[in-house]
Amino acid sequence: MSRAQKSLLPTAVWAWRFLRARPLGLALNLILLSLGLASITVLLLISQRIERAFERDLAGIDVVVGAKGSPLQLILSGVFHLDTPTGNVPLAAIEQLRAHPQVAKLIALSLGDNFRGFRVVGTSPAYVAHYGATLAQGTLWQAPMQAVLGHAVATASGLELGDSFVGSHGLGTGGASHGSAPYTVVGVLAPSSSVLDRLVLTATASVWQVHEDQNLSSTDSAEDRAALIAERDITLALIQYTTPLAAVTFPRFINTTTEMQAAAPAVEVARLLSLVGVGADVLKALSGVLLLTAALSVFVAMWSSVRERRADLALLRMLGAPPQKVAGLLLFEALWLAVLATACGLLLGQSAAAGLTLFLNLEKSFMISLSWPIDLWRVPALALAVALGSAFLPIREAYRIGVLELLQSRSGL
Amino acid sequence: MICSQSLAFAYAGGARLTFADVNLPQGGVLWLAGPSGSGKSTWLALAAGLLNPCAGRLDVAGRQLAGVSGPKPQAKAADLDRWRASAIGFLPQRLHLSPSLSVRHNLAMAQWAAGQPENPALARTVLARLGVDTLLDRMPSALSGGQAQRVALARALLLKPKVILADEPTASLDDANAEAAGRLLVDSARQACATLVVASHDARLAHLLAHVTPGFQTLRLVP
Repeated sequence: MSRAQKSLLPTAVWAWRFLRARPLGLALNLILLSLGLASITVLLLISQRIERAFERDLAGIDVVVGAKGSPLQLILSGVFHLDTPTGNVPLAAIEQLRAHPQVAKLIALSLGDNFRGFRVVGTSPAYVAHYGATLAQGTLWQAPMQAVLGHAVATASGLELGDSFVGSHGLGTGGASHGSAPYTVVGVLAPSSSVLDRLVLTATASVWQVHEDQNLSSTDSAEDRAALIAERDITLALIQYTTPLAAVTFPRFINTTTEMQAAAPAVEVARLLSLVGVGADVLKALSGVLLLTAALSVFVAMWSSVRERRADLALLRMLGAPPQKVAGLLLFEALWLAVLATACGLLLGQSAAAGLTLFLNLEKSFMISLSWPIDLWRVPALALAVALGSAFLPIREAYRIGVLELLQSRSGL
Repeated sequence: MICSQSLAFAYAGGARLTFADVNLPQGGVLWLAGPSGSGKSTWLALAAGLLNPCAGRLDVAGRQLAGVSGPKPQAKAADLDRWRASAIGFLPQRLHLSPSLSVRHNLAMAQWAAGQPENPALARTVLARLGVDTLLDRMPSALSGGQAQRVALARALLLKPKVILADEPTASLDDANAEAAGRLLVDSARQACATLVVASHDARLAHLLAHVTPGFQTLRLVP
């Protein structure tokens, strides 16, 4: 251990002894500082998770084609499975797009039902391959009414291979049950940290079967059945371009020559983030106010502490402590505060983020879980900046304390 | 020993104090007498190397504190801090026992301030010499006035100083306690072979010093 380390360690111990001797002040400063840091932690965690979820789920999807309506709604429902779709589009129109020279990959999705709040998505195995998901158990669907569960769905429902379940109409819980058309679990996906984790995947034909059976009766003729099949719809299609240049012409082609709309996820997500950004800025400002309040509280506490202990600190000088050692005592008190507030702030922030996840039922939307993103380095940095910034003047005051004050103070212990 | 010649100090406001010469052998006793404002505290601060005189010469415990050009101010200050820690024991009038620390930690704090490792055995020995070693784990608020003064004296003696500076050690004590405190101070200094300087305007203490240390010197200060 170096000489500097030898002298710093006892100073840290003495700073802690003095700090601990004022439990009320310590608790107040810790609470204020921790609250500010916790709110920053929550902001960092949530925004990081949302940005990562956006990046991950958007990967490789250049445009979404669906029914006309709000383009943002189309993106939210089609890519992130957060909103209700804008409607349905004819299957035939989507199939025509497969042959378009600017379309490299097209994945059709059919929505409309849910299982305990998790969306049932009719699609093709290409959807699973797109996100690079793998099977943890079983196989992908081979026939209609076979289902593959996302990891979160399997965990939440407890369903296993071979189990049956029925979907409910609509995208939220509480819809009419499709009791006559049960699904059989044939596979469970391994966690992929993508939107697939919270989906129930099945063949597109399953969705048609469930809903067409509702509309058909045993007396319907073969012609009626054929007409129904010819008019089949799907909800939307996720498309990857063959060339980036398609971003200019393809949406215009869809929007002007068809009854469908094309929405570019990159544009819509940027718009969404700018809208969300206003809220985030307000939260950041609130956190800033909390931190400023904490800084003022730390400053007032340390300043009054120095004023009250002037003579005691002067005695340290009389006993042979150089001024930097006396100032170091205050510096370490601020450091202790920063360390403790960082620990409390991170713990509170993580708990609040987890609580928010449960309270808002976000596990069915953004899978917010315990994580330590690299951005969290800002929390100890902020704690240090606030603690040291507010302790600067008290530390300088302690450094300048003269022993004459001690000699001139009279009476008492 | 303490030796001063033509010592003077100038305050920032321009006021100037001059002090009579002192020549005190090691183990001697000096009484700084004078009313409030006469410069007793200033003389103590000069003797502890905490203030710089504007004129004269001052040697304390083998160190020339004034009348010589030394190394650079910063190095000189650090050197002075080390010297003060090893050579000077200080007993302030207000005892400044930290209320948030036990007796044990109040003494340990003195060792930390002087850059020495904590030595609980030494602290216990010094407290035992003063008859208060059973108070190690008490907080200052649980001590009587006399006990607190003994603890503060133990803190001053802990680092085996060559000079003990005591500032108004009996000012707030009744006659019986003042005599006990004075005797304790003189006996402790004698046992430690330390030079004792007592700044006080308490006539009772002067009487006691005259009684128990016939050779004591007096430095009378006037405002």
